[in-house]
Amino acid sequence: MRIFDPHIHMTSRTTDDYTAMAAHGVRAVVEPAFWLGQPRTSPGSFADYFDSLIGWEPYRASQFGIRHHATLALNPKEANDPRCRGVLDLLPRYLDKDGVVAVGEIGYDAMTPAEDEAFAAQLALAVEYELPALVHTPHRDKASGTKRSLDVVRESGIAPGRVLIDHLNEVTVGQVRDTGCWMGFSIYPETKMSPPRMVEILKEHGLERMLVNSAADWGKSDPLLTVRTAEAMLAAGFSADDVDRVLWRNPVEFYGQSQKLDLSDVEAPEATFAGSSILRGGS
Amino acid sequence: MTVEELRRATDPAWLATAEKQVRADPDAAGPLFARAARALGRGRLRGVPGWTAAEAGRAVLLSLLPPDHVVRLYQQGDTAERLAVLKALPLLDIGDAGVPLLHDALRANDPRLVAAALGRCATHLDAATWRQGVVKCVFMGVPLDRVDRLDERADAELAAMLTGLAEERAAAGRTMPPDAVALLTRMEKQ
Repeated sequence: MRIFDPHIHMTSRTTDDYTAMAAHGVRAVVEPAFWLGQPRTSPGSFADYFDSLIGWEPYRASQFGIRHHATLALNPKEANDPRCRGVLDLLPRYLDKDGVVAVGEIGYDAMTPAEDEAFAAQLALAVEYELPALVHTPHRDKASGTKRSLDVVRESGIAPGRVLIDHLNEVTVGQVRDTGCWMGFSIYPETKMSPPRMVEILKEHGLERMLVNSAADWGKSDPLLTVRTAEAMLAAGFSADDVDRVLWRNPVEFYGQSQKLDLSDVEAPEATFAGSSILRGGS
Repeated sequence: MTVEELRRATDPAWLATAEKQVRADPDAAGPLFARAARALGRGRLRGVPGWTAAEAGRAVLLSLLPPDHVVRLYQQGDTAERLAVLKALPLLDIGDAGVPLLHDALRANDPRLVAAALGRCATHLDAATWRQGVVKCVFMGVPLDRVDRLDERADAELAAMLTGLAEERAAAGRTMPPDAVALLTRMEKQ
């Protein structure tokens, strides 16, 4: 079984996590830029964070034979702090980098005017830099936040097939499916979505444009819940090919639209990790 | 290796346009530098051993730039871009303006950057920094054949540092990499 986790914040995870992920078949990840537990107060903090997401973290992942790409953006929560607005000016030079396969996470947290502005500006950047966009849906007031996100996406002119609406659930999946956008589900130990519920959603809505992620970060989360969902799919009668579609080929297809997804290291049949080569490590 | 040789070996279709843009406006180099690997490929360059097409193209662009722009492309680069700058430094006529970049790379925890800072570009590094770099290579398991002019620059102080490391390793029941042991043996014979 090969697993591509299309949304996981590895910066917050330990090397033990990388070891366990590799042992369970996780061979590729995408790490979206997001907020941290502690709010940041200047664009400089973001520059260092972005540098880490295209520098140190891909190297760290490569030590475990895992390919790491990133999506970069000013997240909706910190878009509300005027001291962080300069991040929007930093983004263009980062969006040109090889390891950046989408603009994200963008979207809404509390649906403020500042979030409206950052969301629209960054969808415009996605169009300009020919990148897909990863849209976070809010934890509070999710249904109306998802609807409003889809309105902003439509107004931006970006092709729906290049947009991933993430953190969906039984209540919000339907309105996204009909738009042509991709549907993301974050499988969490207690909140958001569980493996058995995910299986039911796949049974009802099919496998097309479906993405399953762990969204593991600095909170209570589990980087192996992608694997657990794959196992639950098999137990429910889905085929190994179905699992491969949802947990490998779908994320490859979505992020592949960036023309920057490079899995040459991990897709080769003999791709085992030697452990000491300094030639490895992405880009 | 010269910039001219690299230019001749690189896909002229992309490079000629990119060079024209950079000559007209040095600030145009950033996006071109970032996109070079996608435009030229990461494959080995035919007829130019040890260089990829992207590294060669990036070196040619760097050769058109003043030192402060070279420094900025490193500072704003991802790992591959930084490695390309370090590799190109010996071909650029910028004196010791690249030394702060070597210091930056030696502070990194990515062994590719540490190794690159001790390649041919290390000529401008002072002895103390260079010795720290070599010992860091031994720590990180970077093969010492990546260090330019190793035997020529290795001195008694480096030997003392490596001997100290060997003693710590022995105390911990760990071994030294064979190439470090071999270096110490060669130095003892001198």
